[in-house]
Amino acid sequence: MATKRKSAASKASKVKKSAARSRKTGGNGAAKTQNSSEDLVSLYHDMLLIRRFEERAGQLYGMGLIGGFCHLYIGQEAVVVGMQAAITANDALITSYRDHGHMLACGMDPKGVMAELTGRSGGYSRGKGGSMHMFSTEKNFFGGHGIVGAQVSIGTGLAFAQRYKDDGTITLAYFGDGASNQGQVHESFNMAALWDLPVIYVIENNRYGMGTSVQRSSAAEDLSQLGAGRGIFGIQVDGMDVEAVKEAGEMAAAKCRAGEGPVILEMMTYRYRGHSMSDPANYRSKEEVAKVRDEQDPITNLQSRLLKQKVLSEDEFKKIDKDIRDVVAEAAEFAQNSPEPDPSELYTDVLVEV
Amino acid sequence: MPTNILMPALSPTMTEGNLSKWHKQEGDSVGPGDVLAEIETDKATMEVEAVDEGVLGKILIPDGTEGVQVNDIIGVIVAEGEDAGSVEVTASPTSTSSVEAPGSMAESKAIQPEVPKTTSVVELDYTGETANMTVREALRDAMAEEMRADDRVFLMGEEVAEYEGAYKVSQGHLDEFGDKRVIDTPITEHGFTGVGIGAAFLGLRPIVEFMTFNFAMQAMDQLINSAAKTNYMSGGQMGCPIVFRGPNGAAARVGAQHSQCFASWYAHIPGLKVVSPWSAADHKGLLKSAIRDPNPIIFLENELLYGGNFDVPTDPEWIVPIGKAKVVRKGSDVTITAFSIMVGKALEAADALAAEGIEAEVIDLRTIRPLDTETIVNSVQKTNRLVSVEEGWPFAGIGAEISATIMEQAFDWLDAPVGRVTAIDVPLPYAANLEALALPQADNIVSTAKSVCYRN
Repeated sequence: MATKRKSAASKASKVKKSAARSRKTGGNGAAKTQNSSEDLVSLYHDMLLIRRFEERAGQLYGMGLIGGFCHLYIGQEAVVVGMQAAITANDALITSYRDHGHMLACGMDPKGVMAELTGRSGGYSRGKGGSMHMFSTEKNFFGGHGIVGAQVSIGTGLAFAQRYKDDGTITLAYFGDGASNQGQVHESFNMAALWDLPVIYVIENNRYGMGTSVQRSSAAEDLSQLGAGRGIFGIQVDGMDVEAVKEAGEMAAAKCRAGEGPVILEMMTYRYRGHSMSDPANYRSKEEVAKVRDEQDPITNLQSRLLKQKVLSEDEFKKIDKDIRDVVAEAAEFAQNSPEPDPSELYTDVLVEV
Repeated sequence: MPTNILMPALSPTMTEGNLSKWHKQEGDSVGPGDVLAEIETDKATMEVEAVDEGVLGKILIPDGTEGVQVNDIIGVIVAEGEDAGSVEVTASPTSTSSVEAPGSMAESKAIQPEVPKTTSVVELDYTGETANMTVREALRDAMAEEMRADDRVFLMGEEVAEYEGAYKVSQGHLDEFGDKRVIDTPITEHGFTGVGIGAAFLGLRPIVEFMTFNFAMQAMDQLINSAAKTNYMSGGQMGCPIVFRGPNGAAARVGAQHSQCFASWYAHIPGLKVVSPWSAADHKGLLKSAIRDPNPIIFLENELLYGGNFDVPTDPEWIVPIGKAKVVRKGSDVTITAFSIMVGKALEAADALAAEGIEAEVIDLRTIRPLDTETIVNSVQKTNRLVSVEEGWPFAGIGAEISATIMEQAFDWLDAPVGRVTAIDVPLPYAANLEALALPQADNIVSTAKSVCYRN
């Protein structure tokens, strides 16, 4: 019985998903012309850095150098890279535990991120946070939160402070399709709409909350409309196309900055790896993953376009890849050689000293 | 048959109120639903309506009378044609209650909470001016002073702005500071707690009011996982300067879901400071310290204390440091620790004990975490006996922690096992007699103190 129901659900899911796709934005011929060659190369570079960094993190996990939970961002790179390209360095961002990509995209040092993954003193939290709990106030990155949905109300609070200070900045609050069912997310939508807070809710819909598909967990077919009853403007975006993401991000940021209140962007994306390193991902077929990888990979697709448009040559791409591999190797080296935190660190930072 | 109009109880904690204005005059006809008078309670001004039909025969308490006790006879309704002059006023509070307020509990007799009247407990090193005020006013002033001094400080919560606080704590704040800084939230504790924490992460100094701490359970994840832990998890980058405040513990006759002491819950968590004062001066001085503190503070108030009067220093720079207990009564025979409303009970018990020749030293803990163990140990070294009093339950309570600490740090000084006075280990019952039995009373403190002194 259970098997039958599962198969029915997965059939339904295909129908729903293709229907959802037809509504998304992404025929972005206009957007492509707005991005200069330098912009596009930079987007490509940032996505590839995340991909290579995550691949290396996966390796280090396999070697036992990274412990606990480790949630890789591979496949979703276009979302954070496109969104970060749409805002300024003064804007704030906050996300869940699948956070390595967000940190790299906002300019945090790969060495410090990787050293936090290995729990070393050179990590952003000096080894006391780990993969899920990293922060950089310097880069306006407010975590790295381990509880599904918690970052959404905190992110709404960041936007509250921005409006209070009236400094023209905005917040990007990233969360997954799984978190979109959390009560506090909807509480946050309500307050953000009520108070016109400058926050973009970026739903990274990678189709699965851990092992449960969106169709099996959400009664809503279109997550971008979850705030519609409260008047929150929302659209679905092709989250595998970095230019489409950037275009949507720029539109949303402009609305927020104009005082129009929150915006919801549902990024239709996909994660290639399991939910975490220990997830065999038996809830989906290898073919499903391979199909997305082959047809929609944000990095490969952008590379093909740039080659076709002769923005970069094969050799230039090789050079970018080598440079990134060097940066990642250096980060991994640093993360393995950085000493463990001093035992005295156990007792520090519990409270801010008065 | 004349019917007495009694001063109604219009809130769970009301013991007396002001009769602001009569809407009917002697000789006026009244019918069910007619507004008879306006009464100012400890929380609001409310209209009371007639239940019976007749003529307002006599007004016994005139307009503008303050401090009218609940169940005092304020007027008499007579039947049409009946002579009001012949009415014999009998002070029988159980006879009839002929007024009611919409949604109030005028028909039932609210428990009469023991509110401390005037007790002077000013910090010993303070020699400046003081003013007599209620705990409610002390909290109001503390917030207003800190909001005047620091633009980053703001107040958010349910009913804090236009309603001026469900318990009238934020009176005048909206008028003075505007709706940018005094913010009514939807009823959405989990969400607005996260919003407050996010605002604190970005450099503001939020004061988040919980209408009562019972509702903060909805927000427990944010309080513990986000507010308390982030500074540690970020290697000291991201402190969370925020105050969560509101009434804690039992009020009066509001039943199990609205009556619970959360002191030991929050005190369990590294990364939080937990404050729970008794006097108005300490409410003011500690709330000011809490607002200035760079850490998340759980500030546990008590509804029954809001109306209590105390002398409070008027100097806006006078504050009470977090983490310091206070000896509120000196004694040599037994040490009694207490916090919040239980300090009053402990002092009452100490008076009773003194009459029996036992001099109790009473310590108001004021801060639960970090606990001022030094003051307790010093006292125990003098008295050699200790009784811990709290309104919460016994299991893993504050008394359990104090007992363990004193066993570890002052074992050789103890002449008797530490005594614990706590709530009975049951959900708080509604019935007045059961509620009184479930909560610690001065008698319980007296008997426990006598037992640790080996006196019967």
